[in-house]
Amino acid sequence: MTSAAIWRAMMGFYIALFFLFLFGPLIVMGLSAFNTSQYPQAFPIEGLTLRWFGVLYGDRGLMEGLRNSVLIGILVVALSVPLGLAGALVMTQMYSRARSLYYLVVVSPVLTPGVILGISTVIFWADVAEWTGVDSVYNGIFLATLGQSTYISAYCMLIFLSRLQRYDRAQEEAALDLGASPTQVFAHILIPYLWPAIVSAVVIAFLSSFENYNTTTFAILADKTLTTVLAGRMRQGTTPAISALAVVIIVVSIVGAIAFELVRRAEANREDARKRAADAAERAEMSVVAAA
Amino acid sequence: MKPLSAALIFGLPIVVLCAFIAMALIDARRHMGPGTPSFIQRNGWPVSIYLIAAVGIWMFVLIVFPQLYMVDYSFHPKLPPAARGGERDVYTLGNYRYFLFGSSTSSDSWNTTHLTAFWTTIVTSALITLLNFAICYPLAYFLAQVAKPGAVRLIMLLLIIPYWVNELLRAFAFGILFGTGGLLNKLLLAAGILSVPIDFIGRDIALYAGLTYAYLLLMMFPLYNAIEALDRNQVEAARDLGAPWWLIHLNVVMPFAKPGIASGCTLVFMLSAGALAAPLVLGGPKTLWFTPIVYDRFYQAFNWNQGSAYAIILMLACVAFVLLVMRLFKVSFTEIAR
Amino acid sequence: MSADVDLDNVSIRFGEFTAVKNATLKIKGGEFFSILGPSGCGKTTLLRAVSGFLDPSEGEIRIGAKSMVGIGPNKRPTALIFQNLALFPLMTVAENIGYGLRVRGVSRADRDRKVAELLKLVALPDQGHKRISELSGGQKQRVAIARALAVEPQVLLLDEPLSALDLRLRQHMRNELRAIQQRVGITFIYITHDQGEALTMSDRVAVMNTGVIEQVGDGRSVYDDPRTRFVASFVGENNGFDGTVVSTDAVHAVIDTSVGRLTGRRSEGLGPGVKATIFIRPEAFRIVNGADKAQIEATVTAQAFEGNATQLFLKGTGDKAITILLSRREDAGDVAVGRTVGITYTAKDAVILPAEAAP
Repeated sequence: MTSAAIWRAMMGFYIALFFLFLFGPLIVMGLSAFNTSQYPQAFPIEGLTLRWFGVLYGDRGLMEGLRNSVLIGILVVALSVPLGLAGALVMTQMYSRARSLYYLVVVSPVLTPGVILGISTVIFWADVAEWTGVDSVYNGIFLATLGQSTYISAYCMLIFLSRLQRYDRAQEEAALDLGASPTQVFAHILIPYLWPAIVSAVVIAFLSSFENYNTTTFAILADKTLTTVLAGRMRQGTTPAISALAVVIIVVSIVGAIAFELVRRAEANREDARKRAADAAERAEMSVVAAA
Repeated sequence: MKPLSAALIFGLPIVVLCAFIAMALIDARRHMGPGTPSFIQRNGWPVSIYLIAAVGIWMFVLIVFPQLYMVDYSFHPKLPPAARGGERDVYTLGNYRYFLFGSSTSSDSWNTTHLTAFWTTIVTSALITLLNFAICYPLAYFLAQVAKPGAVRLIMLLLIIPYWVNELLRAFAFGILFGTGGLLNKLLLAAGILSVPIDFIGRDIALYAGLTYAYLLLMMFPLYNAIEALDRNQVEAARDLGAPWWLIHLNVVMPFAKPGIASGCTLVFMLSAGALAAPLVLGGPKTLWFTPIVYDRFYQAFNWNQGSAYAIILMLACVAFVLLVMRLFKVSFTEIAR
Repeated sequence: MSADVDLDNVSIRFGEFTAVKNATLKIKGGEFFSILGPSGCGKTTLLRAVSGFLDPSEGEIRIGAKSMVGIGPNKRPTALIFQNLALFPLMTVAENIGYGLRVRGVSRADRDRKVAELLKLVALPDQGHKRISELSGGQKQRVAIARALAVEPQVLLLDEPLSALDLRLRQHMRNELRAIQQRVGITFIYITHDQGEALTMSDRVAVMNTGVIEQVGDGRSVYDDPRTRFVASFVGENNGFDGTVVSTDAVHAVIDTSVGRLTGRRSEGLGPGVKATIFIRPEAFRIVNGADKAQIEATVTAQAFEGNATQLFLKGTGDKAITILLSRREDAGDVAVGRTVGITYTAKDAVILPAEAAP
């Protein structure tokens, strides 16, 4: 056996171990969702059942949490995507020192533990409610949205920045030159260009919000989200219904991933077809020029 | 609220903002040519208003004011609402003293529980960070430099799926695996390696494994991105020169991937040290982790001032870690956070 | 409708760096005017000032006698064709061309009519539905031209738009551009570093170097009668021989160079003892045979057969490299490498310019 073959075997073994570590726990949890055992366990399989999904569906606390999670997710998307977009656009119009300082401030929430974002949001807004007398400010859904948006906006900004890096400013100038106002340039040129990034930002923002626990658990006050209800259930004791929830989330993720991949492939195919058309046009043109 | 606090929380950022705008204008002028349109000319009124309002809200209402407010809060004693802003509302280090000595007035004995928890959290998080790096580096290198594009896409897709599963559920999966009657114990008993089940959870093994698992991807992606940018020929060239494989990694790949390593390490450390879900689900009765203690200050002791002080201590630890990484790897903040 | 473009003492500075220095130009309405210069000479900066993307630090730009101070690019009667074309990749060809009309609030029907008309003008009929990424390089070029013409500008500004094209296509597009300009009859200001492009297409050319406009004139005068050493060496191939002026008269000057004493047309600022350079074009040289007296003796070091002509590379006294171009009629076949030949030229084809750049 050559040394290259040994290396390859070792690499294969390592990758196998890595994926065992990555998926093993999820598979065990997934299996336990279908096991009749009262306590979540994968083996031995005492009997196959779907009743844990029924229990899950009947859990009113969880369902209320789910509704709130979706609501907060939508609010976070509505807030973070515009904030992140503005943050990215302002950043592209700043230079040297100002740019670094600005970046430090707006990206710092990404590197701040989530609990701290939750704590500072609650403390600040509790007193804002007190000063202004607007008690409705001190509301779990509202505060969770603000707390999460603090860092999710930064995620969105990073997504926009990476697309803006490849943005050709000459397009903006061309539109201006043709008589467009800056507002028209924004609406006709910049936003369509950023559209794929907007879609990614919406998805990422929603998912980040949906799975957030650390910030939410502080900011949610008396309300509940899926994650806080889940944490409560886990503290009380474990049931396979929680595994069933994980299975639902995994299935939805996989379906989402496949859908995403299909859309991406379709787009790549369309782009390929255009490229071929352009190549054909190029060849036709050269032959015309050569004949002339 | 005291005038001094108000000035510091709301006044200072405004002053800093003005200085900042002046600096931004000077920098922009230096960078651009004559007659470059001003911010408003360039963006038009409607977009300018949107940009300024959005960034203003984000920067100040979401980030700066709450953070400064929390800092101010940590220097005040816990008081009933009526007494706040009154005579008894003084600036104090009591909340920090409590962290060190277990009492906001005396300093006779150390607050061993909290100090140990803090120390354990920091050290364990650092170790978990290292472990994560060790686990991810070979695969990141393989994906970035060796694997074929098709395989990379597939593996990437596989890597992302677990990440979409909630942090709590991921911890829960480890609970099932590591429980006294869990799969691992059953396997070890059946194989005859053990005669009595190990209490993985009580010994915090489940917690450490769960934490290692939880943030694996946040190490993987920065590493992959950094190594991917390395020209494959450089590795080939080093190999041609006869460098042994470990030297190639130490001298060629790792220095090149420095920003990625720094960024992955910072993220994993911060997330581990600030983890709340895993200690909650996988922590045993004697588990010491700092974040749940912070949580308890708030919702068990109902002492928000003390909780703020504890949060700031955690924050400072993270800042210290970021600074350490920047110094150690000689990278800038911009390289870490992207 | 076409408009005059006047640049009145325009300077443009970026901090310490002066990109354009005291540029004064009077471009007539309907003229095809080129600005020729090497990259970094400030020509693009000048064009961006005319189109309104930046303002002059000093001086004034007028279009159609109207001052452009404080008027943004979207309010000027100019249209710019960008170096990379800057077509909108997410719009179709027709949407690209109609964009300027759309932002002016022109109705859909009028827009469609105008777009169809322009597509015909640039020889792309019925291609309006295509995406930009489906087009060839030349087709993109035409779309960019049509898009700029759609807004009926009085002045069309072109920033090296042909530079990305294949050589043969580039030559083809030159003719097409010239034809379009004659058809629409508006002022064209064309920026290029390619002297062939500038000379073939333009009515007049301005040659620019390090921010300064060195000479303005039609192609012939810039080529035949360069006023500065830069123009002499940048526009077309040239042989320059450094030396000292010996004598001058009203028309000619005589100069001592390393390859001998040479005569050429004089320029201003010349007198005996002045350091100067004599420029002689490769095609101005002939190889002497029989009766002619050789002015320079040189050894052939290489020759390159180019089909319609042959380039000879020679070495004169002091290893001075000389290039000459022999047309097909002058037989170069027997001038083997290594042979020493006598070459000559007519004094009216040579120009002597002082070393110290007199304006």
